[in-house]
Amino acid sequence: MAKIQLNGKKVVIKTSFSIFDLLKKYKLSGKKIAIEYNGTIISKENYKKNYLKDNDKIEIVHFIGGG
Amino acid sequence: MVKLKKDIFRVAGKKLNSRLIVGTGKYKNFSETAKAVKASGADMVTVAVRRVNIFDKKKPLLTDYLNPKKIIYLPNTAGCFNSDEALRTLRLAREMGGWKLVKLEVLGDKKTLYPNMIETIKSTKTLVKEGFNVMVYCTDDPLLAKKLEDNGASAIMPLASPIGSGLGIQNKLNISLIIKQSKVPVIVDAGIGTASDATIAMELGCDGVLINSAISNSKKPILMAKAFKDAVISGRNSYLAGRMNKNNLAIPSSTNKGII
Repeated sequence: MAKIQLNGKKVVIKTSFSIFDLLKKYKLSGKKIAIEYNGTIISKENYKKNYLKDNDKIEIVHFIGGG
Repeated sequence: MVKLKKDIFRVAGKKLNSRLIVGTGKYKNFSETAKAVKASGADMVTVAVRRVNIFDKKKPLLTDYLNPKKIIYLPNTAGCFNSDEALRTLRLAREMGGWKLVKLEVLGDKKTLYPNMIETIKSTKTLVKEGFNVMVYCTDDPLLAKKLEDNGASAIMPLASPIGSGLGIQNKLNISLIIKQSKVPVIVDAGIGTASDATIAMELGCDGVLINSAISNSKKPILMAKAFKDAVISGRNSYLAGRMNKNNLAIPSSTNKGII
């Protein structure tokens, strides 16, 4: 188990869980989103490379209506 | 029919069919947003970058209603109050789908949403260095507008009046001065209240206008979107046609020759 901060909320995930797995869990795979992992932007090719650990901060953003 | 010279609008090498750019905020729902965008004839829309609501998997997505392959998304930095926040937002936007053409706005004051031009110029420099094409929301100060152009801005976007105020163009003289000096497109952004305001901006010689609240906050947004489409075309044609001279006294429209 690992406790991470996902979009400002505390979330508990399994160990050996990657960003790819996280996106799958929240049904966001293939969506137009961008990810920031501990303050660094992660490109799609690297979604499987990082295993999430305690206190990691993940931000998942997308486009919404705006002026 | 008179054959008119093709009047093409280009921003950062992108050819646009419409000189009206619309914002996608504050509509009742995405369906209304999509209908209004369609009625406006705009081929570019501004969008904001925000956190995904991860716990609501059924929440509709803007991209389901406005196809980013068919309409140009212009990611903005609405809500950013310093350079770091704005850069972070636009880097994320670029990651999302390769968006290089972006709209920068760095706000300085919560009440007026007036842009912080010091942070705006700083951010423009960095973004241009990183390969972005930056359309920049700014004050209507000609000197600062020039500074933005000198630093590589792809378009200058002076405010007509405060964001969402609907007060129209407050300083026509400054907007005219900016138009005269700029080699990149000048697009009036913020403060337009109604269709005639957009016509005035276009008659001054603006290359385009960006409208959100004036459409979304009207009683019938879809009809208002159409009104803006026509207003922008009218204003542009009127500018291209060149208005008559003003005279202080009357000049008869019918000749006096042959009066009985």
